[in-house]
Amino acid sequence: MAPGQKQNPMPYVPHTEKQTQKMLERIGAGSVKDLFADIGPAMRPKSFNIPAGLSEMEVLSHMEGLAAKNKVDVVSFLGAGFYDHYIPAAVDALSGRGEFCTAYTPYQPEASQGTLQAVFEYQTAVCRLFGMDCANASSYDGGSAIFEAMMMAVRKTKRKKLIISEAVNPIYRIMVGSYTSNLGLELTTIPHQSGQTDLGRLRDAVDENTAGLVVQNPNFFGCVNDFTDLFAHARANGALNILSVYPVMQSVLKTPGAMRADIAVAEGQSLGLPLSFGGPYLGIMTCTKDLVRQLPGRIAGKTTDTRGRTGYVLTLQAREQHIRRQKATSNICSNQALCALKSLIHLCLLGPEGLKRTALLSMERAHFAAERLSALPGVSLLNQAVFGNEFALRLPLSAYEVIDKLTERGFVPGFPLGRYFTGLENHLLVACTEKHSKEDIGILAEMLGGLL
Amino acid sequence: MNTVFAKSVPGRKGVWPREPQKTASDFLPKELLRDAGPRLPELGELDVVRHFTRLSNRNFGVDGNFYPLGSCTMKYNPKFMEEAAALPGFTRLHPLTAQLKGAGHFTQGALEVMFELERLLCEITGMAGYTLHPMAGAHGELTGAMIIAAYHKDKGNKKTKILCPDSAHGTNPASAAIAGFEVASLPSRDGIIDPGALKNALDENVAALMMTCPNTLGLFERNLPEIVAMAHDVDALIYYDGANLNAIMGWMRVGDVGFDVVHLNLHKTFGTPHGGGGPGSGPVGVCERLLDFLPISRVVKLEDGRFFLDYDHPKSIGYMAPFYGNFGVALKAYAYILRLGREGLIRASENAVLAANYLRKRLEEHLEIPFNRTCMHEFTASAVRQAENGVRAYDIAKALLDKGCHAPTIYFPQIVKECLMIEPTEPESLAVLDKFVDDLIEILHTAETDPEKVKSAPVSLPVTRLDETKAARDMKLTEDL
Repeated sequence: MAPGQKQNPMPYVPHTEKQTQKMLERIGAGSVKDLFADIGPAMRPKSFNIPAGLSEMEVLSHMEGLAAKNKVDVVSFLGAGFYDHYIPAAVDALSGRGEFCTAYTPYQPEASQGTLQAVFEYQTAVCRLFGMDCANASSYDGGSAIFEAMMMAVRKTKRKKLIISEAVNPIYRIMVGSYTSNLGLELTTIPHQSGQTDLGRLRDAVDENTAGLVVQNPNFFGCVNDFTDLFAHARANGALNILSVYPVMQSVLKTPGAMRADIAVAEGQSLGLPLSFGGPYLGIMTCTKDLVRQLPGRIAGKTTDTRGRTGYVLTLQAREQHIRRQKATSNICSNQALCALKSLIHLCLLGPEGLKRTALLSMERAHFAAERLSALPGVSLLNQAVFGNEFALRLPLSAYEVIDKLTERGFVPGFPLGRYFTGLENHLLVACTEKHSKEDIGILAEMLGGLL
Repeated sequence: MNTVFAKSVPGRKGVWPREPQKTASDFLPKELLRDAGPRLPELGELDVVRHFTRLSNRNFGVDGNFYPLGSCTMKYNPKFMEEAAALPGFTRLHPLTAQLKGAGHFTQGALEVMFELERLLCEITGMAGYTLHPMAGAHGELTGAMIIAAYHKDKGNKKTKILCPDSAHGTNPASAAIAGFEVASLPSRDGIIDPGALKNALDENVAALMMTCPNTLGLFERNLPEIVAMAHDVDALIYYDGANLNAIMGWMRVGDVGFDVVHLNLHKTFGTPHGGGGPGSGPVGVCERLLDFLPISRVVKLEDGRFFLDYDHPKSIGYMAPFYGNFGVALKAYAYILRLGREGLIRASENAVLAANYLRKRLEEHLEIPFNRTCMHEFTASAVRQAENGVRAYDIAKALLDKGCHAPTIYFPQIVKECLMIEPTEPESLAVLDKFVDDLIEILHTAETDPEKVKSAPVSLPVTRLDETKAARDMKLTEDL
């Protein structure tokens, strides 16, 4: 059927034939086709070969078929910054309410107090978790949050040199490299030292031209650090300190605020968001109060209405693209608002104790796994550093080979570090959460032992 | 309404996992631990459910309210899409599984969705290839601008500037700037790009022209073929901002008319919910000569029918996302396109345009319509006449809220004074459209008889007008500041 021909009832178009005629008469057009007169014949599509529409049932059955082609009934020790924690049922039940999920960005605050108060509460929750002053309503993910933090440092210090530890998630380092490729910045990567963040070399790299320093805690290899001294040194040189963290572990670890980070960012996926093949996730961004005008994106603030009642609005909008255009702090408009809401609900359901238990159970499992696995002949830990729920394991054979063999048996034993680190082809990054049982870990140890 | 923190009762049990056998100090030395636990709310599950249910009651959304927010395409979000995206076969999939040798067969269904959605978007827009990685419209713009930069760099072109029409979304110039370009504004004439002004602006430094078509006035760029030819003559690329694609599906494919780069907003045109500010999804499509520059990874289909992720593209701009974009959103858009099919997509655009023109005609006697000719899926009205009487577009927007209707976009585009930018979308019934007009007429009447009443709206919502100046001055951005 060509465009403009007789209309059949279509999904999500409610008008009857008669109503369509009534509308056309009011417009003074003979047909719907007439409304497209500006699109001349030369501009019409060369083709439009989209399959015919399906019923709701048919689409869902097709989607179920595709979902079934994925294998998810595996025991997986994959983490690498993205973790399979339990999500209470109430998270999706509440965030899925149409009033939240079918709203737009809260441009009309009086009609968006639900969204705005939730953003304000989210900002409070992540600031308290990280020990920081201010947060935005979210950025896209943990990687773009690091990029935005680096740009904050560049603007604030008016310097162009950025230092990043190689022990920061390599996926984020590649992202940051791509994002900054046209901006004339100097990006220095300080190599990790057997999986540990090299505090000495980071310290040496900081000078009076440094805009910002980027480190991660726990780092990509799972090692936990206290960066207080390093940050003090960078601060003395006028650089900003940027720390990327793992929110669940933050329930027990020394906070970015206590280490005196200037900007703390995180991938928020571990707070109530499913792995969902890489997204939607949540970029958490927090900073100290004196940097708030450099913070990109939406920020909710508390105020009062004409009758003196408390309410919330989007504030400090002079930073943003719809006001400042090319001079804005960022181009971000839509962010990951519903993901931020899910994380807030998740944090409220767990509370401080529930989040801490999640962290401790994950650590218990990981330490049990590290003990069992490193006891196998020829297997050892990459380093002796303090770790949380993830650790790097040195194997007597290729990690790829191990993964290849164990996946066949429904076990994904971890992430092959050789994927991003030359020289670590025999190393496996193993993560545990509260979802892993000791039995799972025992089977993994047996299977791995069988390959040696 | 109290915040969730104010409701906290110290010691109240939440949704807790079992008690761990060890404490943090069993694993970590004291200097690595936090001094005290985070001050998060301590609440029971029902407390949390009540709190957020009540918060939700303080929100307008498409499910409950007509939402004619111009350029945002706030169309109905079909519910079956949520079910499709919530299938455990998708939600439980770790993104790194696809990068493990030997586990590629674990993710074949997900890769097939991405491959097929890219193919459908190619056919809908006439482009040669897509990436699903950008996570929002503006993120797509940045991706597109970086592809443009990479193309010129590869050719040895020293081009430094991107042109944006004065009616462009603010994200366009901001995205161009982050990709390293200078931005020059292009004045419009009669609401559309003036080929004369474009000719003056187009020099050898122009890397690209970013266009929204139909533009933010809802007007189709009638001189499009001429504009495309002029830009291509100086090797400037043409970028299509897909915010307004809902107007033209099946009527024009941007690739066919010469656009080189396009971003789409799956959360606008393809019915995925906007979530109160995201997550969106902003796939970017390119023409043949730009394929090499797309972000990695790219999903490819092998001859044996299997899918795999290809990272081997040395000219690629690199990683724009940690993985494959907002996959959960892509799933919904894929389901939406399958549901509507060819005819459904065409009818969606036709009825979006029909609804906008119907509203335009019904309103033309009551509001100034600055470009009162056939519009596409949206149009702008101006409250200049009412403003003389002291009632501004802002006041009219607030009064609409009292009628249970979300306000149109206001004061944008900036080239229309006292602008109300109205986009009704196709799923809205005639009764809803008529009620909107009737409500608006009533408000405009009140604006003449009792302007103070309109200027004090809204009065029926949880709060009246909020003091934005105070918010910016006090900077109370958390409970603790």
